[in-house]
Amino acid sequence: MEEKIRVLVAKPGLDGHDRGARVVAAALKDAGMEVIYTGLHQTPEAVVEAAIQEDVDVVGLSILSGAHMTLVPRVQELLREAGAGDVMVFAGGIIPDADAATLRAGGVSAIFGPGTDTAEIVTAIREAVADRPAAPDS
Amino acid sequence: MPKVTSDADRLAAFRKKAATGVRDFDFTTVSGQPVEILYDPSSVADLDHDRDLGHPGTFPFTRGIHPNMYRGRLWTMRQFAGFGTARETNRRFRFLLEQGQTGLSTAFDMPTIMGYDSDHARSLGEVGRMGVAIDSLADMERLFEAIPLDKVSTSMTINAPAAVLLAFYIATAEKQGVAADRISGTTQNDILKEYQAQKSWIFPPEPSMRLIVDMMEFCSEHVPRWNTISISGYHIREAGSTALQELAFTLGNGFAYVEAGIERGLDVDAFAPRLSFFFNSHLDFFEEIAKYRAARRIWARRLRDKYGAKDPRSWLLRFHTQTAGVSLTAQQPENNIVRTAYQALAAVLGGTQSLHTNSMDEALDLPTEKAVTIALRTQQIAAYETGVASVIDPLGGSYFVEALTDEMEAGAERYFAEIDERGGVLACIDQGFFQKEIGRAAYAYQKAVEKGEKVVVGVNRYVHEGEEPEIPTLGQDPALEREQAERTRTVRAERDHDAADRALAILREKARGGENLMPHILDAARKYATEGEIIQVFREEFGEYHDPAYVL
Repeated sequence: MEEKIRVLVAKPGLDGHDRGARVVAAALKDAGMEVIYTGLHQTPEAVVEAAIQEDVDVVGLSILSGAHMTLVPRVQELLREAGAGDVMVFAGGIIPDADAATLRAGGVSAIFGPGTDTAEIVTAIREAVADRPAAPDS
Repeated sequence: MPKVTSDADRLAAFRKKAATGVRDFDFTTVSGQPVEILYDPSSVADLDHDRDLGHPGTFPFTRGIHPNMYRGRLWTMRQFAGFGTARETNRRFRFLLEQGQTGLSTAFDMPTIMGYDSDHARSLGEVGRMGVAIDSLADMERLFEAIPLDKVSTSMTINAPAAVLLAFYIATAEKQGVAADRISGTTQNDILKEYQAQKSWIFPPEPSMRLIVDMMEFCSEHVPRWNTISISGYHIREAGSTALQELAFTLGNGFAYVEAGIERGLDVDAFAPRLSFFFNSHLDFFEEIAKYRAARRIWARRLRDKYGAKDPRSWLLRFHTQTAGVSLTAQQPENNIVRTAYQALAAVLGGTQSLHTNSMDEALDLPTEKAVTIALRTQQIAAYETGVASVIDPLGGSYFVEALTDEMEAGAERYFAEIDERGGVLACIDQGFFQKEIGRAAYAYQKAVEKGEKVVVGVNRYVHEGEEPEIPTLGQDPALEREQAERTRTVRAERDHDAADRALAILREKARGGENLMPHILDAARKYATEGEIIQVFREEFGEYHDPAYVL
C-alpha cells in the first residue's frame, strides 16, 4: 500500500494569520495526506524539531508578515544542519515575486501566493514527492 | 409603513413564477445566505416602526445613533497606517492629515503586537514590516512629533499589550503638555476576538480580562474621552466567518465585556458609553448594511433591557469600519479600488462613525502613498459628490433591507442562545467553538471559489493569462531593523536605571495582587521601561497562552 505523504504545515515567526494555513491543511488532509499543523508563533527551531519528530516529507511554511526572507532560509539551514536537507520546503502567504524567485533559487520547491487553488498545491506536493530521488536504502 | 397591498401568498406565487428563465448563478450572499428575487410589504408585515426602527437617535437606533448623523458630522476618515520606525510612520501620519483625513489610526509591527522589543531574538526579520515598531516612550514621542494630541484622536490597533501602549500615549501627551482628560482615541484592546480570530494573544484569558477591566476602570476616571475597547468583528470576518457570525460573535464578546465590568463592581453606565465597535465591510452590499442596522438594534435592546443601563449613551453602538482586506486580490490589483469603493459605500449607508478604506496594493504589501491617497479620495468622493450623506439611513423602509435586518437579528439571537448554553464566551473559546465555526466557513468559501460557485473577478473569472505588469509597492529598507534595535538599546543604556528597575519591580509586585495596574504601568512607561520589559514581567506573572493546534 502506498504510504501517505506526510506534510508539516507551519506558522513560523510572530505572524498570527492562520486562515490560509488551516484551509491548506484541511485540503491536504482531504487529498489523503497525513497533515500535522504546528500552530502559531513557532520559532524556526521548533518547526524543524517538529518536522524531524514527525518524519515529514514536506514542510509548508505560511508567512504573511513580511519576515519570509529571514524565516524561510533559517528553516532550510536548520533542516540541513539536522541532516534533513532532503525534506522539501514549500512556502505560501504574502511573498513578493522578486523574493519568491530568490527563495526558489535557494531551494524552496514552490511559492503559493494569494488566489492559489488548493488543488494546485496538492498536485505540486505529489509531483515533488514523486520526483524526489530515492533514498539509498530503498 | 405603506399599506400592505400584497400578501405572503401572492409574493410566494410571484417568486415561483419568476424562478423560470433565471441564469445559472449562485444567488446567495457572500456568506452563503439565500436571497429571494423580490421582497414586498408582506416581507415586513410584522415590522413595527416605533418598536423596531425609531427615528435616528431614538431607541432602538436601528436607523442611526445620532439625530442628524452625517449632516451634523461626517464619519471620521481614519486610515490605518504604520510601517518601519516612528519616523517613517510620523511622516505618513502627517501626509494623511494633509490629504484630509480626520483621525489617526496606528498599525504596530508584530514584535510590538506580541510584546517583544525590536532587539529581541524573536523579532528578527519582523521589525517594522506589518506596522510601526514601538519599544518605548521615546518611540511614541517620535511617532507623534508635530502632532498635537489635544487636536486629533488616535486609534491604536493593539490588544494584548494595549495597557502599555496606552501608557506610552498618555505619557507622550504629558510631554506635550496635554492632560490625560483631554486626549481622545481608542485602543482596540479586544482580547476575546484574539483567541477566536486574530490570534495575537500573549497571556491566558483571565489575566487578559483583568488588564482590560483595569483599563476600563482607569479611563472612566482619568481618561474619560478614551474608547477603551474596540469590540471587533473585522478580524473574525477576515478569518473566514460569515456576516452573521461576525455580528453574533462580536456582540457576544461585547456582552462578555459588559458582564466583566459589572462583575468588577462598576456601574454599567460608568463604562458602557466608552465601549466601541469595529466591523468589516465586505463584498455583499446589502448583507453588510443589514448587519450594521441589526447590530445597533441588538446592542440597544440588551444594554437597556438586560443590563439595565440607564444612560442612553450606554445604548449606542458606535462603530468604526474597515473595508474587507481579505477580498483584495493580488491579480489585477487596480480592481481593488472598485471593490473598496463599493464596500465603503455600504459602510456609509450603514451609518458608520469612522471608516478606513483599503488601498489597491494591500494584497501585495503595505500601501504606497499613491495607493492610500486613492483610498482616502474614495471616502471624500462618497462624502462630497454622491449625496449619500445628505439623508439618514436612506435604505430604511426598503422591504429587502428591513427583512434582511430582521433575519440577521434573529440569527444572532440563535447564536447568543447557543453560546449561553455552552457556558458563555470563555467556555466557548476553550471548546474551540468560535474557531471551528470560523474555520468551517472559511473552508466552505474556499471550496466554493475553487468550484467557481463564488466568482472572484481576475482570479477565477476574467483572468489575465501570462505575466502581469507589476505595480509599485512600498517595500522596506532592511537597515531600519538594525537602526531601531540600536535605538532601543540606547534608551535602556541612557535612562535612569534605578528608577526603571524600581518601576518594573513594583509592577511585578502589583501584578501578583488585585490592584489596578494602569498607574504602575504608566509609571514604568515614564521611566522608559520598554514594552518588552513590562510584558516580560506580565508573561512571568500571568503565564502564556498557547494555540490549541488542530486540523479541521
